[in-house]
Amino acid sequence: MRLAILDSGHGFGTKALFAFIRALSCQPTPEVLKLVMYRPDFFGTHMKEVTHEAMRGPSAWSVGDRELMAAFVSKMNDCEFCIKAHTAVAARAYHDEAKVFGVLSDLETAVIGEPLRATLRMLRKLTREHAVNVDDMHGVLAAGVSVEQIEDALAVCFAFNTMNRLADAFEFLVPGPKTFEAGAKFLLARGYR
Amino acid sequence: MSDIRQAGKALVVRILEGDGEASRALRRGAFDNAGLVEPVRTLVQKLTIHADKVTDEDITAAGASGLSQDQIFEIVVCAAVGEATRQYDTALATLRVVAERSGYAPGDPR
Repeated sequence: MRLAILDSGHGFGTKALFAFIRALSCQPTPEVLKLVMYRPDFFGTHMKEVTHEAMRGPSAWSVGDRELMAAFVSKMNDCEFCIKAHTAVAARAYHDEAKVFGVLSDLETAVIGEPLRATLRMLRKLTREHAVNVDDMHGVLAAGVSVEQIEDALAVCFAFNTMNRLADAFEFLVPGPKTFEAGAKFLLARGYR
Repeated sequence: MSDIRQAGKALVVRILEGDGEASRALRRGAFDNAGLVEPVRTLVQKLTIHADKVTDEDITAAGASGLSQDQIFEIVVCAAVGEATRQYDTALATLRVVAERSGYAPGDPR
């Protein structure tokens, strides 16, 4: 973590909470938790609400679909921490690790439905080029995706365009697979609040 | 998913208009990636375009310019949320244009 305040600048109660979580999970305190729990009135409280709505709020996309979008956007942003974290959640949500790895390695040949593929194509362009045009949106709608589903996918993209940048700028430590597995279980059980 | 808009708006209002260690002008500049001077300009520019290119030196330089860690924290948060907001707003505006021209309505499945 590049800023010492994000490692050790939390209040006594938060540090006690971190110690409890470490004891319970037998894993180090996740860096993302350190971020959202630092001066939470400035950023973390609102960002958790945004992320929970995007990832667990009502949507025609499944939780697995949205976690896959999160992993995919993270890959477009080259954010190692978030790719690994949300690959683990998507794989667990789908009960299908191969599907997630298939999308991340080659979107065009992955075994997924055309509406999801068209949506991910649009998110790929938006994330890489920072803009999309009317033809891109036509392509998604023509694949059978509703306007609301596109809005929901864009909300996921918003959340991870934010978090990817923060994870990289603050240089989140990338832990081993066991920590991401524990995180995936937690996020599927409890969400992001 | 209308709640997401309200939650997003509350986030942006808080980081830009609420109390902070960095000035509101500096937080706004980071959010907009505009009107900044070095070394914050380079830090925010990298964060906006390719955040994985941010280095220890970028953060150290911001601190050496007189900014506290709390101020750097706020600037980085504002820059990240700012770029994510621009992409989100641009895409939603494009979607609106296409939906109106094509006669799609929210919730209208194809």
